[in-house]
Amino acid sequence: MGKISRLMVLGKYTSVFLILALPEFVMAQAEPVSSENWVTSPGIIGTLILIFIVLFVAAIIFLAKLNAYVDNLRTRQIDKKKMAFDEELLALEEGEIDAILDKRKKALNYKLTGNELGGNERVVDEKGLVNRVTHEPENPMVDEKKKTPLAIETPEPLKKIVIYYLGAAVCWLVFGTLVGQYLGMKFVWPEMDSVSWLSFGRLRPVHTNAVFWGWASLAMIGLGYFVIARTSNTKIYSYKAAWWALILINLTVILGTICLMAGINNGGGEYREYIWPVMLLFAIALVITFWNFYKTVASRKISDIYVSNWYILAALIWTTVLAIIGYLPFYQDGLGETVTQGYYMHQGVGMWFMTFTLGLVYYYLPSALNKPIYSYSLGVLAFWTQMLFYTMIGTHHFVFSPLPWWLQTTAIVFSAGMFIPVVAGTTNFLMTMKGSWNHISKSYVLPFFLVGVIFYFVGSTQGSLQAFRFTNYVWHFTDFNVAHSHMTMYGIITFILWACMYTILPKLTGKEPPQVFVGAHFWIAFLGLFAYMVSLMVGGTYKGLSWIDGNAFIESVILMKPYWVWRAIGGTAMFISHLIFAYNFYYMVNNKKPIENLDAPVLERVNN
Amino acid sequence: MFDFHKNHKILVLASLVGFVTLSFIVAVFPAYQMQDVAPLPDQAKLTDQEREGLHVYISQGCVTCHTQQVRNIEMDNVWGDRPSIPSDYYYSKQRIDVWRQSPSLLGSERTGPDLTNIGKRQSSPDWHLLHLYNPRSVVGASVMPSYPWLFDVVDSSSVKEEDVVVNLPENFAGPSGTTVIAKDEALQLVAYLKSLKQTELPDGQVEKFIPALKKIQTEGMEGGTKSTGPDGGNLYQQVCAVCHQADGTGVAGAFPPLAGSPIVNNEDPEMMIKIILQGYDARSEYAVMQPFADQLSDVEIAAIATHERSSWGNDAPEVKEEDVKKIRDFVEQEAMQ
Repeated sequence: MGKISRLMVLGKYTSVFLILALPEFVMAQAEPVSSENWVTSPGIIGTLILIFIVLFVAAIIFLAKLNAYVDNLRTRQIDKKKMAFDEELLALEEGEIDAILDKRKKALNYKLTGNELGGNERVVDEKGLVNRVTHEPENPMVDEKKKTPLAIETPEPLKKIVIYYLGAAVCWLVFGTLVGQYLGMKFVWPEMDSVSWLSFGRLRPVHTNAVFWGWASLAMIGLGYFVIARTSNTKIYSYKAAWWALILINLTVILGTICLMAGINNGGGEYREYIWPVMLLFAIALVITFWNFYKTVASRKISDIYVSNWYILAALIWTTVLAIIGYLPFYQDGLGETVTQGYYMHQGVGMWFMTFTLGLVYYYLPSALNKPIYSYSLGVLAFWTQMLFYTMIGTHHFVFSPLPWWLQTTAIVFSAGMFIPVVAGTTNFLMTMKGSWNHISKSYVLPFFLVGVIFYFVGSTQGSLQAFRFTNYVWHFTDFNVAHSHMTMYGIITFILWACMYTILPKLTGKEPPQVFVGAHFWIAFLGLFAYMVSLMVGGTYKGLSWIDGNAFIESVILMKPYWVWRAIGGTAMFISHLIFAYNFYYMVNNKKPIENLDAPVLERVNN
Repeated sequence: MFDFHKNHKILVLASLVGFVTLSFIVAVFPAYQMQDVAPLPDQAKLTDQEREGLHVYISQGCVTCHTQQVRNIEMDNVWGDRPSIPSDYYYSKQRIDVWRQSPSLLGSERTGPDLTNIGKRQSSPDWHLLHLYNPRSVVGASVMPSYPWLFDVVDSSSVKEEDVVVNLPENFAGPSGTTVIAKDEALQLVAYLKSLKQTELPDGQVEKFIPALKKIQTEGMEGGTKSTGPDGGNLYQQVCAVCHQADGTGVAGAFPPLAGSPIVNNEDPEMMIKIILQGYDARSEYAVMQPFADQLSDVEIAAIATHERSSWGNDAPEVKEEDVKKIRDFVEQEAMQ
């Protein structure tokens, strides 16, 4: 897989180039903005390159799969030839050519009776050795992979906690994206329904909050419990507390969803639409979880705190602080609310989802590849720079707004600084994968990780480019923002969470879902995301240009229509992949022994 | 001392203190300072009805698609005469009640138009009610949701005098014998939308927009010579088409057609220009038209009128900037007396 390491080097050079060229982008603010040469503007070129990187990686994954299949065919042929050659040698050794010739003649004349492999007896697998029967052992894209090597000895209560958190998360994923898909269709058919509880303005926050607090948060915490216990080599401080937090978070999302649909929201600021009594439950769950994790780490049986735990503990503290700052009223009248909103909505993503998920990657990626992380120090560098740069950039959601100019400029400069943690993180993960590229053809865990990591680089860099003034000029307020948030929350967070779940669940339960379903999940989700993202990016760009040219607003609505159709198609594909994923999850965690699936009719089919 | 990788207390404490410090610098202090603004001298307080309307606006999630901020860049000039400033939000962005915070009015997405100045752009309550009941009754290509739950469909015989009736065009009306009347929430929301107007800065201060490069270049090239003037068709789309429709056919029962209209086709444009400047309320079967004297310049009105007089089968002579100026002066003098 020389291609990928070359790609990585290319990626590194690109980012170095971007950092060197930065002052120019940032300084070019005061100059008037032109819509004429938009194609050659640095932000747009940068974004095109980034999208190309994703496509390139997808192509490599595809080629690797194809390559593995072709190689497999070739190896088998070579093996056959070798065996034949061995037989020849044997024959020559004893000088029994005649005998062998006789034998050969007989053999050539031999006719099969037709029941050599079977017999009249009924086939019974008395020792329980066969656990799966297939008629199609070779399938190029979704062929049988190596089984997960060993089950990890895990205390039963921990196993149960992890599975229940993940199970609740999967339910919210299916619910949240069903709502999202419905909303996407409303752009195409605005008159689909006229029920107040299902109207766009009320349902949109239901979608975002359900996937944020329901899906991603629960999945992260569930996966986090395993990491904390495992890397501290000890048991969880309190299982009871874990159950309470699970109940509280689910309650938050249920109550929040009902309130939003009934028209009760906190004021419409993104991701803090839940009113404070509802969000308070979530905050309590965060504090409980933090305390539980902290006490577990404090009673660790090894002296070092593994870097995953840095990220996870910090994410929990930071988000608690964030929720408090976001909801306290003392500085939120007038534009004070807007400053807080910029801070809150960006940190919600940066300090909670991104930080926690990175912590999970630092454990599950090396674990899936069965090797250590490339560099501990890079992880630590990324940790502190994440805190410094990410915290400062919230106001880039309000460039050109009536907020103070210094705050906007700070946000733009620090957005550029985000390259440091992003490059550090990406390098660390890719270097960890280096040498294990053959896992791409062996399993779906690495492709999920690879897509997540590449999107981590692409999505974060694209976000920084979007903060620059020209790109902001074109893209702000358009559907491009929606594309960006799906690129990050879906491309990064969700793909990585899936990777982690496919890594750990088979080890916990000893059951792997059929690869054809995992493969279907991967490809449908990826292609759906791509259709979604690209259509909104292209449409959003045209929309921005139409506004700059001073066309009537309704023109920009009309020109978006075909792109909204493609978005709905992409969204539908994503939703379908989640149904497949939900099935895979069910397959991995349900208690039935696999042997029970092997019923008589299957064996009979083999017999005949 | 800083052995973060061995000492969990130090690690947790450092990340807490670091984050809280940065948060205060970048969020809490600036936010606190931003509260320290006063309203503009002429800025009107929200009436009780308008405030109720703001609550409806928030509860229906209008902020998900509509912004209320005019940025200081040229392209936002269509949404207001000047960039928004913190004082603009003095009355509207206050804590709603004990459960809900100050509303996030600035918004982050313009799936629909910016509403900073909607009360000035579109002051007809009839239009707003039609548009809320079903946006496609007035804007065919709109993707905005309908809000039928802000209205009651009642038996026509039971309509009381104080009820506000929505005169729907035939293809959007309910079954015959029924009438659509606006509920309080709809009236409150319309009152709030009509209250959204930019207040003029005291002493005629002007806040500038950052211009687009293209415009500077064309102006530079043309030098002293007269520019070609605004595009009447585009202005018509932006200003007039929501009521009179893109094809000039109007909306039956609400907004009269311009195609084939005797006033538009009149050789003498005086009446037409007067209506644009002063508004019109002479025909009871149609909604009231708002005046545009403050919003449109002479040259813009001339361009729009010329476009209307030469489109959709209309055929009347061009209107010149001077004609508009003459009538504007006349109208102003009349008002002085």
